[in-house]
Amino acid sequence: MVEFALHHAWLVPLLPALAFVAIIFFTRPWPMLSALTAVAGIVGSFIVSALAAYGVFTNPAFKEEPLVYAVRWFSMPGLQIDVGVQLDPVSAMMIFMVSMVASLIFIYAIGYMKDDPGFSVFFSYVSLFAASMLLLAISSNLLEMFVAWELVGLCSYLLIGFYSHKIAAREAAKKAFITCRIADFGLLLGLLAMQIVFGTLNLVELSEKIANFEQYTTFGILTLIAVLVFIGPIGKSGQFPLHVWLPDAMEGPTPVSALIHAATMVVAGVYLVARTMFLFHEVPGAMELVAITGGFTALFAATIAITQREIKRILAYSTVSQIGYMMLALGVGSMTASLFHMWTHAFFKALMFLGAGSVLHALHHKADVWEMGGLIRKMPLTGWTFVIGGLAIAGIPPFAGFWSKDEILAVTLESGHYVLFVMAAFTAFLTAFYMWRLIFLTFFGEENPENHPHESPAVMTLPLVGLAILSTIGGLVGTPWAPYWSEWIFFGHPHHVEPNYWVMIGSVVLAAAGIYLAYQLYYVDKAKSRARALAQRYNHIYTILYNKYYIDEIYLWFNHTIVDGAAKLFYLFDIYVVDGIIVNGLGKLTCLLGEGIRVSNTGRLQNYALVFFLGVLAVVVLLAFTGPSAASLIVGGVK
Amino acid sequence: MEGIWTAVAFYLLAATIVVSALLVVMLKNIVHSVLWLAVCFVSMGGLFLTLDADFLAAVQVLVYAGAVCIMVVFGIMLIQRGNMGSTNLFNNQTKAAAGVVALVLVVCGYLAATTPWASPAFAVPEKTVESIAEIMLTKYVIPFEVAAILLLVALVGAIFLAKEVKKADAHND
Amino acid sequence: MLTTISLAHYMVLSALLFGIGLFGVLAKKNAIAVLICIELMLNAVNINLVAISKYLTPALFTGQLFAIFVITVAAAEVGVGLAIIIAIYRNRLSVNLDDFDWLKW
Repeated sequence: MVEFALHHAWLVPLLPALAFVAIIFFTRPWPMLSALTAVAGIVGSFIVSALAAYGVFTNPAFKEEPLVYAVRWFSMPGLQIDVGVQLDPVSAMMIFMVSMVASLIFIYAIGYMKDDPGFSVFFSYVSLFAASMLLLAISSNLLEMFVAWELVGLCSYLLIGFYSHKIAAREAAKKAFITCRIADFGLLLGLLAMQIVFGTLNLVELSEKIANFEQYTTFGILTLIAVLVFIGPIGKSGQFPLHVWLPDAMEGPTPVSALIHAATMVVAGVYLVARTMFLFHEVPGAMELVAITGGFTALFAATIAITQREIKRILAYSTVSQIGYMMLALGVGSMTASLFHMWTHAFFKALMFLGAGSVLHALHHKADVWEMGGLIRKMPLTGWTFVIGGLAIAGIPPFAGFWSKDEILAVTLESGHYVLFVMAAFTAFLTAFYMWRLIFLTFFGEENPENHPHESPAVMTLPLVGLAILSTIGGLVGTPWAPYWSEWIFFGHPHHVEPNYWVMIGSVVLAAAGIYLAYQLYYVDKAKSRARALAQRYNHIYTILYNKYYIDEIYLWFNHTIVDGAAKLFYLFDIYVVDGIIVNGLGKLTCLLGEGIRVSNTGRLQNYALVFFLGVLAVVVLLAFTGPSAASLIVGGVK
Repeated sequence: MEGIWTAVAFYLLAATIVVSALLVVMLKNIVHSVLWLAVCFVSMGGLFLTLDADFLAAVQVLVYAGAVCIMVVFGIMLIQRGNMGSTNLFNNQTKAAAGVVALVLVVCGYLAATTPWASPAFAVPEKTVESIAEIMLTKYVIPFEVAAILLLVALVGAIFLAKEVKKADAHND
Repeated sequence: MLTTISLAHYMVLSALLFGIGLFGVLAKKNAIAVLICIELMLNAVNINLVAISKYLTPALFTGQLFAIFVITVAAAEVGVGLAIIIAIYRNRLSVNLDDFDWLKW
């Protein structure tokens, strides 16, 4: 079985893709059948992934040599593109994590999307998404990865705009798509440059060639390539300054937010940087850029999250912030810590999104946390699993988030980025604060009499329980005392971070302080008068944060003045130069020429005969005086 | 001596042909033109005699002077009305036409004068009719038959074209 | 030179006749006149054919035979041409070629 899975890993993306085709073409009229097809596809894919992951993680040979199956996609002189699957510890972990989370979310969606008119279509889209995401994870070639990258972008677009009757959903879908396109352009340029410089996009070959890049190119070009490639993850993973689409993406159905905009797709950027670590490793400047972008985004998004009111929006900014952590870890050179946080984050963030979905389901899509309260009494399962998620993200041991976040903090400190370390530590405090603000406001305190919540059905709560278990124990694979994770997932050589008890204690204290502050402000103080007073006192800061630093407004201003102004200039150029001179001018010239030449077309046969005889005469003269060879040039076949 | 008489005959006939052809073109009355055309055709028959083509001379007189001229006169009779004195005028590209014709004449004359022709190996046999008949009905029998069909087709076509259009056609469609 | 009549003499005569015919074709208004002038041009060709037959290939008679075919075709052409002129005249009440300028845009 394990051997079969290892050698047939291409089944992993193929099964959900087949489910997509089957739903679109056959089972669409029967919603339940469609859902079962989708679940069967992803669960089948999960089983293959799990077996393959078992095969990989029991065979140390995989650390040295990935298992690649590839076929030639197309070839032309100077360009050979392969497609294939590559199994190594990183991709095996990724497909295992993606297919597991996706399976749980698919099952959850059966309950959440019940009675939705687009039920079948929804499952076809998420199946396509799962297929694309798994293909992205398992690709052996960067072009193939780029195709999958665009496919997940497309699915994201389709699913954000799933409620297309809502204007906000349509706008958010467009915003997500366009923002990601801008970033993908950079990525595409980077890939093209790599193809031109190194002549291949295969990950294995590329890693060998880039290790000796001096033979192919200069350091400057390599830096440019690394920066261009990093632009893609900035967009896809919602890093500053292209993070604006991710909070708006919450217009999509909540399972989509959990699957695409928390657990899997948005970490594709992290995954891409991890996959091309051989490139970034050679360019310290690009690594610094990654670290600074990540660290700044983490703090930046956490500050915004403090003031937001909509439950999913808070979670969205939390996602941006957590991905910032992952980027930070990559930037300081620890792929181990970064992917570890990606692993744990997938569980607790999916859990919290699904919990939020359960809440919204119960409250009929009333999203403002200030209007909730006391929900834990009516929805105990949702509430307590959410609390577990909150503990995990805040970094309370022994929950999953503690281990990964602690490792990130430790490697940041170890690499000597003290400013970034302070920022990350402060972010940890903010994370605990805003997440527990959300929890206290939503699940504790007094009930809002307008709400009539009820616990969600088992098909929704069971995935919550599953994810809660994973959020609890998922971090145990990588504790400092039992570092299984860093033995397998690493770049270069395995690197064990020595247990740094000061960092550990410090991060727990910070998290506890955040939780305590939230407890004081939002639980003990029933009227929330102190929270309001604080907001009143620091009104300017509060307004700026509440309006997300006005980034959207800045973009809008940029669009309306600079882009539209340029467009107006080009419009005038088009109207007066292109249309006026070139298009209409040519037309007019042709008309005038026609008017002139028309005179010669008299319609009188004798005129024509006259000219005809002149021509005959010319041919005769030519034949008679220059011989047949010259004449044949003009007359044609005359010999 | 015979050469001189042939030369005299040639010059007389050539002069008649050219003058009558010029008159055909220049005269303003089309009926007169046709009459001079007949003169031109008859002299052409004479010219054929000087070229030892007696059968062709006979055909020339029969077909051209006889049939074609009469047919053209009938055609004129059918379509000309009013003053016959100005039925055959020049159009407004006369000068250009004259230029082209002059060029044609110069080129043809130059070529005819300068080309070195092979001299005839022997004289034309006496019995031209028999010889023509022989090759016409052996080697060239198919073109001969095709020419016959062509004449038939031309006959039918001419009748069809010249036939008066009946009003009855209106309710056919 | 003047007394011996050579092929060139016939050729020049033929060219003259052809030129006169061509002039008529290009410069006459009346369609029947144009038809007549075409006959002149065909006759010019006949002179050439017969003369070449005599002076270059006296034994073969192909030139004369071709002349006969030309006469045949000319007769057919006159018949059809006149029929066309009559048909046009019936429609337009004119045989003036200047009126027939339909062959244009």
